[in-house]
Amino acid sequence: MTEALRPPPSACPACAVAPVAAEAAGQVRDARLLLSLPTIHCAGCIAAVERELARAPGVRSARVNLTLKRASVDADAEVTAATLIDRLGRIGYEAHELDPGVLSMTETDRQGRDLLMRLGVAGFAMMNIMLLSVAVWSGAEDATRDLFHMISGMIAIPTVLFAGQPFFRNAWAALRAFRLGMDVPISLAILLATGISIYETFNSGHHAYFDAAVMLTFFLLAGRYLDFRTRAVARSAAQELAALEVPRALRIAGGVESEVPAAELAPGDMVRVRPGGRIPVDGLVTEGSSELDRSLLTGESLPAWAGQGTAVSAGEVNLTGPLTVRVTAAGKDSSLHRMADLVAVAESARTRYTSLADRAARAYSPVVHILAFAAFLGWMWVSGGDLRLAINIAAATLIITCPCALGLAVPAVVTAASGKLFRAGLLIKDGTALERLAEVDTVVFDKTGTLTLGTPEPTNADSHDADARAVALVLARASSHPLARALAEALDGTAPAAVADLREVPGYGVEGMWRGHSVRLGRARWVGAEAAGAVTATWLSLGQGAPVAFTFADRLRPGAAEAVAALRDQGKEIHLVSGDVAPAVADLAARLGIARWQAETLPAEKVRVVADLAAAGRRVLMVGDGLNDTAALAAAHVSISPASALDAARAASDIVLLGRDIAPIGMAARIAVTSTRRIRENFWLSGLYNVVAVPVALLGFCTPLWAALAMSTSSITVSLNALRLK
Amino acid sequence: MEVLAVLIPVSLFLGLLGLGAFFWTLKKGQYDDPEGDSRRILNPDYDDHPKPPEPEDR
Repeated sequence: MTEALRPPPSACPACAVAPVAAEAAGQVRDARLLLSLPTIHCAGCIAAVERELARAPGVRSARVNLTLKRASVDADAEVTAATLIDRLGRIGYEAHELDPGVLSMTETDRQGRDLLMRLGVAGFAMMNIMLLSVAVWSGAEDATRDLFHMISGMIAIPTVLFAGQPFFRNAWAALRAFRLGMDVPISLAILLATGISIYETFNSGHHAYFDAAVMLTFFLLAGRYLDFRTRAVARSAAQELAALEVPRALRIAGGVESEVPAAELAPGDMVRVRPGGRIPVDGLVTEGSSELDRSLLTGESLPAWAGQGTAVSAGEVNLTGPLTVRVTAAGKDSSLHRMADLVAVAESARTRYTSLADRAARAYSPVVHILAFAAFLGWMWVSGGDLRLAINIAAATLIITCPCALGLAVPAVVTAASGKLFRAGLLIKDGTALERLAEVDTVVFDKTGTLTLGTPEPTNADSHDADARAVALVLARASSHPLARALAEALDGTAPAAVADLREVPGYGVEGMWRGHSVRLGRARWVGAEAAGAVTATWLSLGQGAPVAFTFADRLRPGAAEAVAALRDQGKEIHLVSGDVAPAVADLAARLGIARWQAETLPAEKVRVVADLAAAGRRVLMVGDGLNDTAALAAAHVSISPASALDAARAASDIVLLGRDIAPIGMAARIAVTSTRRIRENFWLSGLYNVVAVPVALLGFCTPLWAALAMSTSSITVSLNALRLK
Repeated sequence: MEVLAVLIPVSLFLGLLGLGAFFWTLKKGQYDDPEGDSRRILNPDYDDHPKPPEPEDR
């Protein structure tokens, strides 16, 4: 949906209805409100917002969460979100109401805390065991060494059993499915290290690997936690976008309007759609006339006229007059849902992508097991059946090859990269999105709502004479139609004419009386002019003389030129595929210097364009916002949609642009390439360290000190390498 | 070496104390908003008197 057409949140009819409903139910419930505050960014903002909210009557407490850019408010039942949003608006903060139901984060919260707790336990155990181990390494002997090993064991065994559970669970699941994941060698190494250490401790052995077992758990848990947090942040932000849109409809039954969830509508129901509202169902207009913005469904930038008998589809936006619609298809049968099915089909095709981490794990797991087993057999043979020695060396091999660095290699880089991109206004929804983005060599852009804002910009307002401009300004101000609003904005500064009897005729335009003549601003036919081709225009008649046209071009999204230029500089091929008419698409292509463009494409054709490019061996990045792009977004190798896109389009894409500016796409492509390079470097680094360490372990020279040194240096190198990301 | 009999339990006790503190902060939700908490220190409010207790919401 385009920004200009988004209904103001304060107009939300639910806000007026909700408290009444609560009272009617006879219960005094405390309001617990969640507000999204996209513009807060500093200590001053926190203080100002909390102070302002606390000052509102009925508010008991308000707490801002800057990480999530949200405020939660505890208040008396009569406090509504709309009043709080107004208050914040007055002191200059944009706020939106969020649906607390959609944002129940308890499950994610619980998982995060669980991981963090295990990480804390592992960290505590690691530090204490390390203290004792240092004493052993510096030469503690006999009874002292055995005592220290004993104490280490008493700390390590419960720690490993508690903190290692995530790995054990995954490993068990993998084994039951006859697979060897990354977690099988990890679990094996942790358990084997603990096991032989217990045995050695009771037999006064020289080496115990308790520190290695716990350290392994700690570093790997750190990797898991980073990975989890990246996904949790992306998920909560994505949920927040969904929570901004509460799908509701106004049903008319027996002459009474009542608000119901859109899901409860059935064919035959009558639905009222107010100006500025989204049409919730497929249907036929029975009353009223207006204009519809279909850009999200078809990509057309020109509003279409709608009156009695016009068929409308779910997802269109009603612009000027109220409409009453008889439902012909709702819910699963509506065109909106049929499109969602297309997405599901396209998505199932995509899950075949194997991430770099998976590929590394696939190559790595068998090698490690074979190496450890070979070490065991080899030393059995060399030592003539010394089981204790052979198991010790096999375990040392497993410990030293254990993928501490591998476990950190991907999450450390992805955390650094997605943090950087989040600050630039990009939300990475999928863990492998960056890797896929790095492979892209072709970019397909949608036009309306993606490269353009979907809001018109007058192109010839200055060429008209003063009278025409003065009258047009007054007429344009009387309407909320996007063309009129853009015109009024462009003409702001001219002295308004004295026009009387202003009246808006929904679906046609505005008329009034000026110097004894009837003046009109609106559709060509209604004003008395011949439509001038496909150029977007509104016509002005001054009552005498020929009507004059105000022409419009779609306004470029900020950063569109930069994004296209940056992608082209990176050597990517750029396509423009739009559902809009040819002249408008050609004009934009020329403005941005895009050579390959296609106009009037249907949704299915967009998918075919993407599929054809993929069949020709190209990796396609699709950038789009509309319902007509949704299937293509899902079919592409990787996809980006702006936050203003329809929720189906956002759900189908891997990356969401949070701001209005589209320029970060160029930066995202660049960061994706560097971060994939860092990930590969990290794999090489940990591989290199194995090349040095494995022979040492195989030859039986590996001591717990060696293992601890190798493990921590490789983990730290990998993390530092990830932080190099610029 | 007898001193070890005192020092090791002491160090373990101190460590456990730290772990307990960590669990407590985790339960109190002190890691929910790392970004905001790092900036609240710059907030001039509540300097003269402690912040009035807030009703716990969990």
